[in-house]
Amino acid sequence: MSSLLRPAVRLAASAAAASSRVPAAARISKSVSPFSVSKQSAVSAFASQSRTYASDAPSGTKDYTVRDALNEALAEELEANDKVFILGEEVAQYNGAYKVTKGLLDRFGERRVIDTPVTESGFTGLAVGAALSGLHPVVEFMTWNFAMQAIDQIVNSGAKTLYMSGGIQPCNITFRGPNGFASGVGAQHSQDYSAWYGSVPGLKVVAPWSAEDAKGLLKAAIRDPNPVVFLENELMYGQSFPMSEAAQKDDFVIPFGKAKIERQGKDLTMVTLSRCVGQCLVAAENLKKKYGVEVEVINLRSVKPIDIEAIVKSVKKTRRLLSVESGFPAFGVGAEILALTMEYAFDYLDAPAGRVTGADVPTPYAAKLEDMAFPNEPVIEAYAAKLLRL
Amino acid sequence: MKNRLASVTRSCGQRQLRHGQRLLAVNSCPLPQRRHVASFEQGPSQRPDSQYVSFPGAVKSAFCHTMKFESPQNYPALPTYRVVDQHGVVVDPDFQPDISDEEVMQLYRHMLTVSIMDIIMYDAQRQGRLSFYIVSAGEEAVAVGSASCLSKDDVIFSQYREQGVFAQRGFKLSDFMNQLFANKHDPGKGRNMPVHYGSKELHIHTISSPLATQIPQASGAAYALKMQHMQDPSIPPRVVACYFGDGAASEGDFHAALNIAATKSCPVIFICRNNGFAISTSTLEQYRGDGIASRGLGYGIETIRVDGNDIWAVREATKKARELALKDGGQPVLIEAMTYRVSHHSTSDDSFAYRAKVEVEDWKRRDNPIIRLRKWMENKGIWDDNKEKEARESTRREVLKEFSKAEKEKKPPIRTMFEDVYEEMTPDNKAQMAQLREHLERYPEEYDVGDYVGGRDSLKP
Repeated sequence: MSSLLRPAVRLAASAAAASSRVPAAARISKSVSPFSVSKQSAVSAFASQSRTYASDAPSGTKDYTVRDALNEALAEELEANDKVFILGEEVAQYNGAYKVTKGLLDRFGERRVIDTPVTESGFTGLAVGAALSGLHPVVEFMTWNFAMQAIDQIVNSGAKTLYMSGGIQPCNITFRGPNGFASGVGAQHSQDYSAWYGSVPGLKVVAPWSAEDAKGLLKAAIRDPNPVVFLENELMYGQSFPMSEAAQKDDFVIPFGKAKIERQGKDLTMVTLSRCVGQCLVAAENLKKKYGVEVEVINLRSVKPIDIEAIVKSVKKTRRLLSVESGFPAFGVGAEILALTMEYAFDYLDAPAGRVTGADVPTPYAAKLEDMAFPNEPVIEAYAAKLLRL
Repeated sequence: MKNRLASVTRSCGQRQLRHGQRLLAVNSCPLPQRRHVASFEQGPSQRPDSQYVSFPGAVKSAFCHTMKFESPQNYPALPTYRVVDQHGVVVDPDFQPDISDEEVMQLYRHMLTVSIMDIIMYDAQRQGRLSFYIVSAGEEAVAVGSASCLSKDDVIFSQYREQGVFAQRGFKLSDFMNQLFANKHDPGKGRNMPVHYGSKELHIHTISSPLATQIPQASGAAYALKMQHMQDPSIPPRVVACYFGDGAASEGDFHAALNIAATKSCPVIFICRNNGFAISTSTLEQYRGDGIASRGLGYGIETIRVDGNDIWAVREATKKARELALKDGGQPVLIEAMTYRVSHHSTSDDSFAYRAKVEVEDWKRRDNPIIRLRKWMENKGIWDDNKEKEARESTRREVLKEFSKAEKEKKPPIRTMFEDVYEEMTPDNKAQMAQLREHLERYPEEYDVGDYVGGRDSLKP
């Protein structure tokens, strides 16, 4: 199978999936257009990303949106440590372009929640300088796309100064903001930077999916003495997730470099991150319903360091691997996952590993074209079915 | 910003809402006024018969009815402040040296040390004994003079031509040599190119190669100092001094840094060494405006242009700048020090490809910061040919002594290659280290690791 996901391939894949083993939702729309197969399923599937446990919810569990979880993490860390401050465009008076910093200015004052001029290289450089001088800044980028103006400060100064100074200048800094495609924001606002920053020694890179991920990883990022790139997802901010009692406490942190098995399985390992985790869980349920197969879904949480042990352990059990992410295919997170699996678990694979990625084109603006440019549940399902020869 | 938002509004209800909310805020929700920020109350409304603009973007502008474009030619170039002329004669009648003769001679010795070290190390590079070197000939007064007026707790961000700052703050010849030869005493553990010095004790951030990145960082460090002083008033107020050249001032980071330092009221002194060249690009090609100083005014920053070959002018300006930088809780100050880069840019450059040798010789003969201070000292009767000869010879001996000592030292342990990538060694770092050790143990004949402290053993977990 072609492992790279190009629009034409995707079209063929979803059409093939639709014609051979038609999902219930797709059957209705198939007669209209192959495009809408994916779209309709995507909508219904998207809603089911926010799982709640109506009957068997453990006591004390509360629903949090990802936005609220991030906000709580920031508030707790600002409260806990005087050295922490947050800066970025519109983070203070306006409460953040996505309201992640809501209420923080009122609570912590303008010395610790700072609106900056529109100059990414300026405020990122300022934050790196403050970090090199002992403070623990949290830099909000309105989106990671704008951080390209400041990438020299992140990579050449943030990531390397500890090493190049001979270990005398730690840089405890957190860079955060929405990453990846959103919806109708065109090529210049839709990039996924996981692979970019994941390739830099000196940086740690994490990407949360659920509210617990968001809170636990952000708190860990702020406390971590190293520079951390924290990749959020705009489409997830409003999604609700149950948050355990433990995660609601102010000492809740999630260690970096540890993936989470979101769903146990024995037939196929799906390794994924960020928003794609929810899509994979939906695809896994559909695969179970249709074919009776059990897919194991691994939420990476951390891109660098990457939890290769968890992947290898799972592949030894399932003997098949599919990576799912929404970055560009070339030299991407999926490429890294497949390469590592090849290095450490080649003999355990019963089939060539596959990867589902975004399309290798600048992201188109037109809604239908944009839909075609990124993985969705039916595509993931179709690729998994193909890999399993179902 | 506007463009960016225009392109993203379709997608996202929040961002559309955002504009609505901002309008609401303007109309109905006055917010507290902050320094340098026009309050929302001022708004775009206009009082009747006002003589002044009340647009929030330029609140002090008067209305006029003559349509006229401002032309830079109509403004005289900013003056260059000097205290002592090129003959060592004091031209500022109010000038009184504020330091003892002994201290003046110490400044002179630091300038001399740096210039002698530069000549020796330049030649050493040519002999292949180190990979790279940068000299600061002609610019010693800017570095030594400005550094001599800072407190020892002030924080420095330098570029790569400020050996004088290091020397003045107490970086010893052995410290220079250990870094240049990347030996086991190099605090940078041999990870940086030559001349990328740094010192925690002297509060000098490690030099970073990419041009101008240190300028916004200096604003941030100044912000941190300000915060620290506010949180704990027992810490004395401090400033950051940030050095860069005329070429770096063309980078976006320079502009970003000045703007953010001004808007955030950061106590930072920006010191531009305008030496006429950015590698091969002369200032005639670099900019059309009135040097770097005119830009400071544009960002609302107190600015002065000084004669960088006059250590007294540099000192007077830096003293005043430090005072200004700490005024009212903090503000940035810009000093443009005019000099001439007598040397080639670095050992990788031959400047006679783009400038006449005679021009350089002229400068050397006509004006040089070291000779200028020497003449001043001679006029004052505290220096003479004998002292000069003695100082030069002893400095040269000292440099050569530290040179050969540092060159012979062992290299840092191989282990340091894998350390400090992160605060703690990651499993990946450890795995790489184990792999290297295994490799070296398997092929002991192929690698001579005797030069490195601990040899292969440093790779043990």
